Amino acid sequence: MSPRLLPAWSLAADAAGGIAIPASWPEQVTREWAIGGATGAGVDVCILDSGVDATHPLVGGVASAVAVTFDGDDVRVEPDELGDVCGHGTVCAGIVRALAPECRLHSVRVLGAGNAGSGELILGGLQHAIAEGHHVVNLSLSTTKRRFAELLHELADNAYFRGAVLVASAHNMPVESYPWRFSSVVSVGSHEGAGALEWYANPTPPVEFFARGVDVDVAWPGGGTMRCTGNSFAAPHVSGLSALILSKHPGLTPFQLKSVLYLTATNTGGAT
Amino acid sequence: MSEERYREAAATGVLASEEGHRALLQSVADVARAIFSAKASSIFLLDEATDELVFEAVSGEGEDELVGRRFPSSTGIAGWVLVTRQPLVIDDLHQDPRFARQAAESTGYVPHGLMAVPLLLDEQALGVLEVLDRPNDTSFTVAEMDLLTLFASQAAIGLHLLRRARSARAVLELGEGRAAQVARLATLLESSDDEAVTRLLDALEAVLAGRRH
Repeated sequence: MSPRLLPAWSLAADAAGGIAIPASWPEQVTREWAIGGATGAGVDVCILDSGVDATHPLVGGVASAVAVTFDGDDVRVEPDELGDVCGHGTVCAGIVRALAPECRLHSVRVLGAGNAGSGELILGGLQHAIAEGHHVVNLSLSTTKRRFAELLHELADNAYFRGAVLVASAHNMPVESYPWRFSSVVSVGSHEGAGALEWYANPTPPVEFFARGVDVDVAWPGGGTMRCTGNSFAAPHVSGLSALILSKHPGLTPFQLKSVLYLTATNTGGAT
Repeated sequence: MSEERYREAAATGVLASEEGHRALLQSVADVARAIFSAKASSIFLLDEATDELVFEAVSGEGEDELVGRRFPSSTGIAGWVLVTRQPLVIDDLHQDPRFARQAAESTGYVPHGLMAVPLLLDEQALGVLEVLDRPNDTSFTVAEMDLLTLFASQAAIGLHLLRRARSARAVLELGEGRAAQVARLATLLESSDDEAVTRLLDALEAVLAGRRH
């Protein structure tokens, strides 16, 4: 990640030249420019989920793994020895790995200890992921508890300004859930196509992008694969894509990265 | 009507409503199964006190023996769906021998594919609705999952009402005073067809009615 400047609240008349940002944007942003030859190398992708089975051949190891626990008062983050407790995180990790083979995967386990305290665990895990400086955080989950919405919103904005890209799976149910609805995250729904590099920008948000999420052959705990459908599997496709873009263009801000995803989507001009 | 009689009516109303809500959930499970031409459909309720999922209504395979069975809230496919709040379709579950063994041990039935959606109402996650297997092993589609999601709203309302009825019943059963006593008696009477009890009730009713005249 590029070095961060101290926050500035105003810009003096003679200071504009001092903050010139080296922007090597081409006249037209294309897929070739965005991800051509990219492998995800040098990019840290965090899977905030149920843990990851690092031994699964489709996951290919993790760089770090922690488990978040909540005892009713405090949230604790400790090294994770268990791996994946229910399989969901392994599925997400395998999808990211398939797209960005050289990225560094990190597992933050926030699911699997029962339903109680799940809001606190998601918050604690996200806080940890942002503090660690992970470039991309995949959230194939959401919470419906309103009391966590405000804190999650603050965290999402904090991540956005610190340069961490949060990718969250949307859902089409008639209730409010978070954090996918926040504009500081990249929200993803499913399309019915079969291409891992097929993604669409949605002209009518709050769901911002559609990625592959139907009949996806995914890494299943124990070493095999399973065919699954759901937005949980669409988000990791965009996380993998984000890793590719950031490995080729390190230091892009979440704002720039979202623009690149938009400009190179299958339904916009940059896809060809 | 006196206040006491209102209380009696409330007590018996609570008892009757549990039956009604159970019937509603069973109906949602039956219709979900019929619409998707599925072999089975189940509704799970989250028991917050024990952090477990409980089979609340089952249509099709397992209908007779599964209701009331429970398992930890974050295990199995239903657990995934509950904790991630995300709907899910899985095909070809036979590929996973661990899943097959667990499913067979807990339900006596190993599905080929399934659709599962969380049951959400406002900010509460109340449980999970699952639909298992087409007759000819064809896959579930995204459009069907959207339809199941609509159904899930209905099931969520049903579960919400059932939970409220149960907590009202618990208050009455543990409480003091006549309304609570009537509720306890009503519970006992539900499982009694003793003729002596019926005669006693008739006599009690006659006495109480006589006093009012």
